[in-house]
Amino acid sequence: MIARHVLRALLYAVLLLAALFFLAPLYVMLSTSLKDAEQIRSGNLLSLPGLVNLDAWRLAWSAACTGVDCRGLSPYFWNSVSMTVPAVLISTTWGALNGYVLSMWRFRGSELLFGLLLFGVFMPFQVVLLPMSQVLGYLGLSSSVSGLVLVHCLAGMAGTTLFFRNYYAAIPKELVNAARMDGAGFWRIFWRIVLPMSTPILMVTLIWQFTNIWNDFLFGVAFSGADTKPITVGLNNMANTSSSVKSYNVDMAAAMIAGLPTMLVYVLAGQYFVKGLTAGAVKG
Amino acid sequence: MAASLHIAGIRKIYGKDAHAVEVLKRIDIEVAPGEFLILVGPSGCGKSTLLNIIAGLEQPSEGELRIAGKNVVGVAPAQRDIAMVFQSYALYPTMSVADNIGFALEMRKVPKAARIQRIAEVAAMLQIEHLLERRPAQLSGGQRQRVAMGRALARDPQLFLFDEPLSNLDAKLRVEMRAEIKRLHQVSGITSVYVTHDQIEAMTLGSRIAVMKDGVLQQIGTPDAIYNRPANTYVAGFIGSPTMNFIAGNAMNTGAIRQFSFKEGGAPVVCPLTREGQLGLRPEHIYFNADAPWRGEVQLVEPTGADTFVVVKTAAGAITTRVAPNMAVKVGEMVGLQFAPEHAHWFDGQSGMRVATENHS
Repeated sequence: MIARHVLRALLYAVLLLAALFFLAPLYVMLSTSLKDAEQIRSGNLLSLPGLVNLDAWRLAWSAACTGVDCRGLSPYFWNSVSMTVPAVLISTTWGALNGYVLSMWRFRGSELLFGLLLFGVFMPFQVVLLPMSQVLGYLGLSSSVSGLVLVHCLAGMAGTTLFFRNYYAAIPKELVNAARMDGAGFWRIFWRIVLPMSTPILMVTLIWQFTNIWNDFLFGVAFSGADTKPITVGLNNMANTSSSVKSYNVDMAAAMIAGLPTMLVYVLAGQYFVKGLTAGAVKG
Repeated sequence: MAASLHIAGIRKIYGKDAHAVEVLKRIDIEVAPGEFLILVGPSGCGKSTLLNIIAGLEQPSEGELRIAGKNVVGVAPAQRDIAMVFQSYALYPTMSVADNIGFALEMRKVPKAARIQRIAEVAAMLQIEHLLERRPAQLSGGQRQRVAMGRALARDPQLFLFDEPLSNLDAKLRVEMRAEIKRLHQVSGITSVYVTHDQIEAMTLGSRIAVMKDGVLQQIGTPDAIYNRPANTYVAGFIGSPTMNFIAGNAMNTGAIRQFSFKEGGAPVVCPLTREGQLGLRPEHIYFNADAPWRGEVQLVEPTGADTFVVVKTAAGAITTRVAPNMAVKVGEMVGLQFAPEHAHWFDGQSGMRVATENHS
């Protein structure tokens, strides 16, 4: 009895330590972003901010300098939004349709096609940087937000297809057959029967794609132009802009701003994420 | 509106060349308007494939398929005006029962008011009015079965297809739904094709039964014909429970008549066979007779309530007989067996085909 309590206490202690360990950087970021330069210079990284001071957030958002451009992160933020939202929606829709076809409307060679698509999931993206920039050039999309959207759709499609295909593979084929006999066609079956059953995997894919695309640095740095840089690149450039005094509080606030949307999406849709990851693992 | 169904020379081959598997070998079946045809056979006999071909969910490799005289090979399932009840029910999980029943009507652009009225009619017919707002997940197995029937009934199709619809139900519900399906067929008069591996379902529901094995149609006929005049040893053994007794023996010419003799069978019987063959006897046609020369030891007594089945070990093999439940039989007892020759079935030893007697075809 006592041994069990001790074990339990030990378990919680370990979990608590692990949580503290992983939360510590977040705490430091948050508290530093709320301090003024004076407090930061006093040297205690872990101390609480004396007075909550939102100046650093305001600076990071709209006045911090990257080189000679002193508009803060906001232009990059909106670049990221206008890149991420369409890219997430398009790549998710694309994956859902691919998965629907590959699991329920199999054709000669569809399994082979799926096998080849899997390569796309494991392929390091550095491999396609040069050919991709060529293609963007041919299409006249170099350095544009549309170009980045295209790149992210292509890069994400293999993964989203995999998600949906495996989820749909667990849906009984008889459902599709029943709908066919009832007179529904390819699109009707998708809209009325299959898509309404897809909420968990839809959430998983949306979160997954949003996180990947919002946090992407490689494509952002390689394919964006001066006015189309996403927030990850903007943050990097801002933090690397040399000035006489390093404004840690502004850098931290900027990093928080860059990270908030993905956290928000996870908090809003996270319950579905866990459900979706385990869906299909257990029948019923 | 009952339609005829014409199946001629239907073949289905999967794979090709060396890996080709022929699951349907030239099936010919004529189904008259309003008939209830049962496709029965062991799993893997091709009965479900044939049903899917009729439905249009699979294409035949060869052959002709007509519904109400119209060729439907290559016609999409939706255009065939067929409704199907699936083994898993295949109810749309995100729709209410009413929407499930009305889906086919909606796809056919039936106006909403007419749709609602038809859903109500069907629900009343199946006594599921109180379930219309529920989702399939909130229903019991029997209720789901009724909804699946309702979905098929809703648009008054030319042809009904059933793919083992009762196999997921428990024994009591199965009997209940079996009667329900029979009633609905009598009311609607819609031509139906029903796949099952359950011979009781086959015998009770079918106006005709088609017995299949390994992609070959073994026999097609009324339940009476299938039971009383099985075309070969396979059909004879498949239909009937407990199964028919088969006794191997030889036909011998004795003067003008041919007689069948089997090991320790006692007095030979007149038979239509010309060479070695099998005598088939249903359990209900074998009686106890203390004086009979065909003797054996009681091995097993199985009372089922209405009947008692007794397995007797004889020199000609283990013989199952059906006796009255009040008969006192003990395991180990020696008994004499006798059968009614007019109920004997004769099968050729090599082909396994039925050999007809002169007065009994």
